[in-house]
Amino acid sequence: MTIDVALIIKAIIILLIFGITLLIAMYSTYGERKVAAFMQDRIGPNRAGPFGLLQPLADAVKMFFKEDFIPSQASKWLFILGPCLSMLTALMTSAVIPFGDSVKYESAPGKVWDIPVQAIDVNIGILYVFGVVSLGVYGIMVGGWASNNKFSLLGAIRAASQNISYEISMGLAIIAILMMTGSLSIRHIVEQQHGGNWNIFYQPLGFVIFITCAFAECNRTPFDLPECETELIGGYHTEYSSMKLGFYLFAEYINMFVSSAMISSLYFGGYNYPGMDWVQAQLTGSLGEIAGHNVGTLIGTLVFFAKSLFFVFFYMWVRWTLPRFRYDQLMNLGWKALIPLAMINIILTGGAILFLKPLIVSFLK
Amino acid sequence: MQLTNRSKQVSNKQMTFAERIYLPAIATGLGITIKHFFQKKVTIQYPEVKQFLGPVFRGRHVLKRDEQGRERCTACGLCAVACPAEAISMVAAEREKGEEKLYREEKYAAVYEINMLRCIFCGLCEEACPKQAIYLRHDEFVPVFTERDQVVWGKDLLAENMNNRYLRKAWTKEEAHEQDLKGVEAEPRTQL
Repeated sequence: MTIDVALIIKAIIILLIFGITLLIAMYSTYGERKVAAFMQDRIGPNRAGPFGLLQPLADAVKMFFKEDFIPSQASKWLFILGPCLSMLTALMTSAVIPFGDSVKYESAPGKVWDIPVQAIDVNIGILYVFGVVSLGVYGIMVGGWASNNKFSLLGAIRAASQNISYEISMGLAIIAILMMTGSLSIRHIVEQQHGGNWNIFYQPLGFVIFITCAFAECNRTPFDLPECETELIGGYHTEYSSMKLGFYLFAEYINMFVSSAMISSLYFGGYNYPGMDWVQAQLTGSLGEIAGHNVGTLIGTLVFFAKSLFFVFFYMWVRWTLPRFRYDQLMNLGWKALIPLAMINIILTGGAILFLKPLIVSFLK
Repeated sequence: MQLTNRSKQVSNKQMTFAERIYLPAIATGLGITIKHFFQKKVTIQYPEVKQFLGPVFRGRHVLKRDEQGRERCTACGLCAVACPAEAISMVAAEREKGEEKLYREEKYAAVYEINMLRCIFCGLCEEACPKQAIYLRHDEFVPVFTERDQVVWGKDLLAENMNNRYLRKAWTKEEAHEQDLKGVEAEPRTQL
């Protein structure tokens, strides 16, 4: 009986994470249009509902009612599989991201459940994310290949080579973080950035590398070569229509949110914020041990979402600022600049851990 | 050979380190876009807010009446001759006794039709008219039509309504400026 309630809380958390991820992705499409409009001195969608807030619904309805067209020469099953794979892998990544500290629930006197606000806390969280993200490119590749169209294929090839190139430097940038924290679990990494002790202050170079690679992994401007309209019509989704196209576009926005969540949990302390201990003490003092803890968790979760949404905004901000890279520039940046920089970053971090840290520790003593 | 004195010396100098790492330039660019984010928007919410398009904008036609409400048109046909799109047609008739209140001159247009699909809104009819009878309104458009029988406008649509007379306040940009006619004419938004 007692386990049931704990399980229900867990199930609610998982459903909430799933729902909120979808909701945020949905409103990212609206946000993108609004941000784009504002940066171009326009107003953006404002007809559907107050401030155009029902625009995503209208878009979804439009997508559903469009003709679902499959080219006669396309490989039918792969053509359908492509957007499914994209969507699936995009949704899988949010499972290991710690959205908040934990929810405490007292089933019997003295028996307190401590349920983390996270779908699953795997001890190889980062590896899991990397694995799933690298699977994500299959959705694009399969879709582009199955379309039987030159432009789709070119887009798919670009996506594949771009993702492979940038995953290397992304992984190398993460290694520096792993050296500092000694854990692959994202929850551990977040917990070690307690308060304002965020990784960004120790890893500024790693952060720049990571965010650049995250842009490339999400196929966002200035790295949106797989779908660049000016050269490849629509890139890998040239032949797609109706909700299949909608899935591709939607998967991109989910990826954007998930990578923003990754950036904020790896470098910006996740649900930690300066002065959290003081807030926590006040809350437990006034509301009691369990309720205070839960309210503190809620505040932390909100902080996490604020950070993530800022990075979603940053994605859009950059999109309307920078033009697209040329393909050779993309490869030059990936292989000749980011990978050596990431390696230098690892060496610097290692040196700092070996020599600088004992020095500072002995100085503080 | 130098043709103009506007030629520029091309610089081929190497990029500095700050330029090569992109990041300062990106930061400048981000600064410019975020500045625009908070700037005043130029959008005019069209159906709710209408812009003043100028004192002599050529919108929908109106057949003017004089102060006593009599039609000014004498069906001379000069507008139809002037019309490059051949959109205007009319049937003239003689004024009967007792119709002096209706028509100003002895001859009037019994039928006056403008084909709104043909009309190019050039305003030549307005210029050709010796009786100052036809004008293109500066403040109203021809509404969108969806049926065939809405295309040809007869006198019922064209003749001026005496309860809501069309008055052109200015004839030049300068006059409009003096009367402060410029700017956006805002109307309350009726529906979302």
